[in-house]
Amino acid sequence: MLFDALLLQLGYNATLVTIGAAFLGVSAGVTGTFLFLRKRALVSDAISHATLPGVGIAFMVMVALGGDGRSLPGLLLGSAVSAWVGLLCVNWLTRKTRLAEDAAIGAVLSVFFGFGIVLLTIIQTMSAGRQAGLESFLLGSTAGMLWNDAIVIAGGGVATLAVVLALRRPMGLVAFDPEFASASGLNVARIDLAIMGLAMAVTVVGLKIVGLILIVAMLIIPPVAARFWTDRTDQVVVLSGIFGGASGYVGAALSASAPALPTGPIIVLVSFTVFAMSLFFAPGRGVLAAALRHRRFQRRVHMRQGLLALAQGQPIYERFTLSLLRRAGLAHADGVVTETGRARAAKALRDEKRWELVRADQALEGAAALYDGMRELETVLTADQIAEIDRRIGGPKEIGV
Amino acid sequence: MSGEEFVPLSLTPLLIGMFAAVACALPGNFLVLRRQALIGDAISHVVLPGIVVAFLVTGTISAWPMMIGAAGASLVAVALIEAIRKLGKIEPGAAMGVTFTAMFAAGVLLLEQSDTSAVHLDVEHALYGNLESLIWLDAVGWDSLWDPVALAGLPVELPRIALTLVAVIAFVWILWRPLKLSTFDEGFAQTMGLRTGPLGLALVVVAAIAAVAAFDAVGSIIVIAMFICPPAAARLMTNRLEMQIAWSVIFAILAAVLGYVIAGYGPLWVGSDHAVSAAGMIATISGLILAIAAVAAPCRTRTGAPVE
Repeated sequence: MLFDALLLQLGYNATLVTIGAAFLGVSAGVTGTFLFLRKRALVSDAISHATLPGVGIAFMVMVALGGDGRSLPGLLLGSAVSAWVGLLCVNWLTRKTRLAEDAAIGAVLSVFFGFGIVLLTIIQTMSAGRQAGLESFLLGSTAGMLWNDAIVIAGGGVATLAVVLALRRPMGLVAFDPEFASASGLNVARIDLAIMGLAMAVTVVGLKIVGLILIVAMLIIPPVAARFWTDRTDQVVVLSGIFGGASGYVGAALSASAPALPTGPIIVLVSFTVFAMSLFFAPGRGVLAAALRHRRFQRRVHMRQGLLALAQGQPIYERFTLSLLRRAGLAHADGVVTETGRARAAKALRDEKRWELVRADQALEGAAALYDGMRELETVLTADQIAEIDRRIGGPKEIGV
Repeated sequence: MSGEEFVPLSLTPLLIGMFAAVACALPGNFLVLRRQALIGDAISHVVLPGIVVAFLVTGTISAWPMMIGAAGASLVAVALIEAIRKLGKIEPGAAMGVTFTAMFAAGVLLLEQSDTSAVHLDVEHALYGNLESLIWLDAVGWDSLWDPVALAGLPVELPRIALTLVAVIAFVWILWRPLKLSTFDEGFAQTMGLRTGPLGLALVVVAAIAAVAAFDAVGSIIVIAMFICPPAAARLMTNRLEMQIAWSVIFAILAAVLGYVIAGYGPLWVGSDHAVSAAGMIATISGLILAIAAVAAPCRTRTGAPVE
C-alpha cells in the first residue's frame, strides 16, 4: 500500500495531491531558507494565521454575489489579501512603535486569527452558501479534493518555485549580508518584502493541503535541517528545497496509504524526522559529530597528561588516563611504564621543552601563537627549525625511573 | 438587564474571561519585555498533544489529568526548544517554530488515530474554547451569590481560574524585584547574585500554568492574544513597569468585558439572533485596543527615534 502510494499508484486524486505537496514542499523549503537566514522565520506564523479572516470575507463576498462560496481561487485570493494586510501590520508595528518584532508577530497572529474565528461563527449561522468545510483550512484537508483545486495548488506551487528561482541571487545576498546588498544598489526593503510575499504565496497555496496552523512548519523545518549540513547559502537553499519536496511527497503518499492519517500533520512529522536526523547525524554541526569531537579531544588531553606524568615518574591515579595508556601499551595495569611508554614519554617531555623554547623565541612568534598544549610541534615547524631548537636544548638525557 | 437573566447566563463567563485575561496578561508583561512573547504562542499550540495524551492515558475527559498533561507538554516543549537552540546553535525563533509545529502535528495525528468520537475533544474546541457554555444554571438572581446550594453548582472552571490568577499574582508580587531587575538588565542582576536562569524558567512555567488554566476555560486564541496584546498596548502607554502592569490589567479586563458583551449582544443589536464566538471577539477587541495604542499612545515610539 505504502509502495503503491510512493509510486503514485493510488488513483488520480492521491497522485495529484502527492505531486502538489512535493511542489509545495520544494517552494516552501527554498523560500523558508531566506526567511530563516534573515532570522524572521516566525513572521510566517503571523502570515499564515492572518489568512483566516480573508477566507471568511471571501466566502461572504462570493455568497453575496450569488455563488455558493466554495470557489478555491476566490477563497485563496481572499486569504492572500488578508495575509498581506497582516504582514504590513507586523512591519508597521515593528517600524513605527517601540514594540519588538516578536510582540508584533504575536499580536497580529492572535488578533487576525480571533477575528477569523468570529467571521467563521457568523458564516455558520448564514443560511445561504455551502459553508461546510471552511474549517478544513485550519488543518488542511485533501479528502475529496477536486481536479480544479489540485490544478490550482500544483500550478501555484510551480509558479512560486519559478519566482523563487528567478529572485534567488538578490534574496541570497540580502539574507546573507544586508549592508553589502544595500551598498551594491539593491533595495533591501523591497527584497525583504518579496521574500515575505513568496512566503505568503506558499502559505496560501498550502492552505488546502496542510492548513494554516501547520503550513509554517514547511517554511521553517526544512531550512533549519539543511543548515546542519553545510555553511554555504546556495547549498542550504538546494538542500532545503530537497528536504521540503521529499517531506511533502513522502508525507502526502503516507497519508494516502491509510485512513486517519491527516495530510498536513504527516508532512510536518516527516520533515521533523528529517530535522531530527540532521540534528544528530550531520557531520560538523551535528550532535553526534560534536560528541565524537569532544571525546577525541578528551583522549588527547588525557594521553598527553599521562605521558608527561610517566616521563616525570609521577604516579597516575586518574582511571581514564591509566586505561588509555594501558590500551596503547604504554603502561601496565598497575601504572608501571613499559619500554615503548618510556620512549613516548621521553618524546612528550622533549616536545614540551621544545615548545617552551619556541614560545620564548620572538622570531617564532607565529608558531608560538598556535600553542594549545596538545599540538604536535612537527605540524607547525619544519624539520630544520626543530633541529635548530634541539641544538639549543642539547642532546637527549636519560630519564630516571 | 435583570439579575435573573444576567447572573446565571453571563456573570460566570464574564468573570472567567476576565480572570483568564488578567492571569495571562500579568506574565505577558515580562515576556513581552524579554522578547519572549512567542513563548505563549508555542505553549498554546503544544497544549493540544498534552491533553490528547492525558486523554489516552486516563480514558476520560476530566480536568486535572488534562491540566497535568498540558503542563507536562509545555515543559517538554520548553526543554525541547532550549535543547534544539543549544545543541544545534539555532536562533530561538526557528527552534520554537520547529518544536511547536511538530508537537501540534503529533497532537492532531494522535487525535485522529484514537477514538474520540464518544467524547467532546476536537481541535476546534481546543482553539475556540467554549466560554459561552460556562453558565451557572443553579443561579436565579443576585441573591444566589449568598446561597451555598446554588454556589455549589458554579462551573468548576471559575474557582480553578480564580486560583490560578491568585497564584500568578502571588508569583509576580513575591518575585517583583528580581523579576524587574533581571528583565531590564540581566547582566547586572547576575552580578548582584541573582540566579537569572532559574528565574527565567520560573516565569515560563508560571506563564504555562496560566495558559493551561485559561486554555481549559476559553481556548487557545484568547491565551495568545492576552499574553501579548494588553502588555504590548500597555508598553506604549508608559515608561514605568508598575504603570505598564496596571494598564495591561485594565486593557485585559476591558477586552474581556467588551468582547464578551459584543459577541453575545452585538448581533442582537444589528438584528441577528445568533451570537458570535466570544473568544474570537475578545481577541479582536484586544487587537483594536492595541491598534489605538499604536497610533495614539503617549510612549509609542522608541526613545530617541526621529520625529516624523
